[in-house]
Amino acid sequence: MKKLILSTAALALSAGFAMAESHGMTVRMGTEGAYPPYNFINDAGEIDGFERELGDELCARAELTCEWVKNDWDSIIPNLVSGNYDTIIAGMSITDERDEVIDFTQNYYPPTASAYVAASEDADLEGGVVAAQTSTIQAGHVAETGATLLEFATPEETVAAVRNGEADAVFADKDYLVPIVEASGGELMFVGDDVPLGGGIGLGLRESDGELKDKFDAAITSMKEDGTLNALLIKWFGEETTIYE
Amino acid sequence: MSCWETLADYGLRSLGIGERLLPRSDFTICQQVVLIGSGLIWNIYFGVLALVSGFFLATAVALGKASQHRWLAKPADWFILLFRGSPLFIQFFFAYFLFLSLKGQYEAFDLFTSAWAGALIVLFLNTAAYSAEIFYGALRSVPKGDIEAADAYGMTGWVRFRRITWPTMLRLAWPAYTNEAIFLFHATTLVFFSGFPARQQKGDALYYASYFADKTFNPFVPYPILAGYFILLTLVIVGIFGLANKRLNRHLPQEARSRMRLRMNLIR
Amino acid sequence: MFSYCADPSTLSGLTWLSCYLTTGVHMSFYTAFGKVLLLLAITAPVALGFGFLGAMSARSPVAPVAWLGKAYIAVVRGVPDIAFFLFFVIALDQGFEYLRHKVLCPDWDQPIRQGNDFIVCQAAKLPLGSAPEWQHETYGFFLAVLTFSIVFGAFAANVIFGAMRAVPRAQMETAEAFGMTRRQSFWRILVPQMWVYALPGLSNLWMVLIKATPLLFLLGIEDIVYWARELGGTKTPRFTDYPHGDWRVWYFLALLVFYLTFTRVSEKLLDRIMQRLSHGQATAAGEAQRRAQA
Repeated sequence: MKKLILSTAALALSAGFAMAESHGMTVRMGTEGAYPPYNFINDAGEIDGFERELGDELCARAELTCEWVKNDWDSIIPNLVSGNYDTIIAGMSITDERDEVIDFTQNYYPPTASAYVAASEDADLEGGVVAAQTSTIQAGHVAETGATLLEFATPEETVAAVRNGEADAVFADKDYLVPIVEASGGELMFVGDDVPLGGGIGLGLRESDGELKDKFDAAITSMKEDGTLNALLIKWFGEETTIYE
Repeated sequence: MSCWETLADYGLRSLGIGERLLPRSDFTICQQVVLIGSGLIWNIYFGVLALVSGFFLATAVALGKASQHRWLAKPADWFILLFRGSPLFIQFFFAYFLFLSLKGQYEAFDLFTSAWAGALIVLFLNTAAYSAEIFYGALRSVPKGDIEAADAYGMTGWVRFRRITWPTMLRLAWPAYTNEAIFLFHATTLVFFSGFPARQQKGDALYYASYFADKTFNPFVPYPILAGYFILLTLVIVGIFGLANKRLNRHLPQEARSRMRLRMNLIR
Repeated sequence: MFSYCADPSTLSGLTWLSCYLTTGVHMSFYTAFGKVLLLLAITAPVALGFGFLGAMSARSPVAPVAWLGKAYIAVVRGVPDIAFFLFFVIALDQGFEYLRHKVLCPDWDQPIRQGNDFIVCQAAKLPLGSAPEWQHETYGFFLAVLTFSIVFGAFAANVIFGAMRAVPRAQMETAEAFGMTRRQSFWRILVPQMWVYALPGLSNLWMVLIKATPLLFLLGIEDIVYWARELGGTKTPRFTDYPHGDWRVWYFLALLVFYLTFTRVSEKLLDRIMQRLSHGQATAAGEAQRRAQA
């Protein structure tokens, strides 16, 4: 199952990487394109966001030619192991379950807090209805609490469910929720405590791709060391975000 | 954990009975078969109820469309066009949206945002429109001679309809209607997939199949299991409808009965 | 698109809308309509081909061939198309790559399945890892067409199989009386005559095919439904110059209009074809035409 990059994006990319042709190997980067600020489609129809910028920089440092591919979240891992692209760079938290099937690089985003957002302060997070995106670590977490889990296919719909009262709260990555809460003008608010889930976000790779993993690991390390990763984090997630020491 | 225990724990999981948490690691084939089968309850629920209730509306709409009165024929025509002309996917979206906005204003619409009621209504209207078109076609093919004979016997109005027109219409429509039933059961898989949210991980067969595909990262086990279940379900539907067909055509000589069966292939 | 679109936050009303509707993403949305139409245009004849082959093999006198044809029809028809789409494309893709691998890399000594990974040699990759994006895109499109064709081919096979049996026995007997061989009577008598019986079923199938296109996104094609969801979703000012609320309902309304128009137009056209096909046929419709002219 191949998610296809937009032709416009492909054009822009092939132009951008024409110079990089000498780097040889082409690496296809799989992402979802529906999870701002990690990755999203901008007005021009190109993949944009924190991970786009990060990925391009990593590829430049590892001297790889990279192409961006969009894929549905639900089938993003099967398509990786099936070889339709070579990495997953889609805000994917490192979990034990996933680690059994694919490999992760070291994290390029510190372990994230997940948070509840509701339309009123007194939302019942233990016994109420909580929306989450299907097959995310958040959905798994809600299933284990006492709350009624309401699952939607896209993150967008989970937030919509809170706005229209279908769910009492939504449980998702805090960074995804922050811009939404800001833009809602007081309609939505954070409730309850943040919940740390997962081991940070890393690039997903096939287990057999050790060489590629080493290259990306090295590139991430170098970005952590010279502070460029922290600069990117602050640019996309704001001053308060957790950064690497 | 033996397979029997799994059956006890998860056999009715789709209704919220049994183990609360779905299996989270060490997935066995047995778990997949049991849970996907458990989800099938929902597919059967949606399919049977929509089919039975849709049947009556379909008859009414077909009669409306065949009616001489413009103000009966036109709305029936539009109704059929709207539901036959647009993808179910989009119908689910609009229904969910509509029920949500109505819910804000009237308490009564509270239950329609859950799948068991809301999606059922969409499927009911959808199958009514498809069946109405089939019935309408059959109504137009009712042999003129049959009606004339009924007239000769002095039958009119309701009696003529119930004893002559309606049974003949059903006979003619039955094969195509069987296909519609099969399609309807297949369509029930869209309910949780695109339309309505799953509550507390209570979903249909496809919901659990994709749950396992997602957890095991291997689509090649759960989906074929799902496919197997549906092939069985289809066989059952064909069997039941075949029995009904036999009954509808019991007055015909053997040879003519088998000719009826051919028509089954003509629609869809 | 337009020169005045440089700073959308200062615009309002129609000018804002004109800029909004001509952004790059919207262009992709419009292209998706073309993609859907193209897919339909290619899938219909290919599926018909599959259907014809399926029907031919189902009525073959060689038992195993007939079983194969009948099994194809029964199995594919018995499974909801979504279930098929969800795993079939990956299977198809891996199948092709496996075959190429066997041919192109005979002395590859590592296993193809390493744990969960599916690994073939670089040369067997479809398309090659270094291929430009349009090749990947075309290949994905090709897989989608093939999957759709296999699924709808089974339905078409069922219709054609029925239509072949519906051709009056007398026609075939006459052909035999003229001394035609089995093959001759099949191609010269049965095939030309069966279309009129097959058309109602096939046109219905065409309608079903149109309405199955929202499932295209499962096959990895960014179709109109994908874009309607993506574009209609709430957009916060940080990530776009055109922030708006949840507008999905308007986008879906556009899709609804598109589908209704498309099916309506198809219906009218097919009616006309049916009239032409009925001409001179030994059916009720053909008889009615004859009487009308006489």
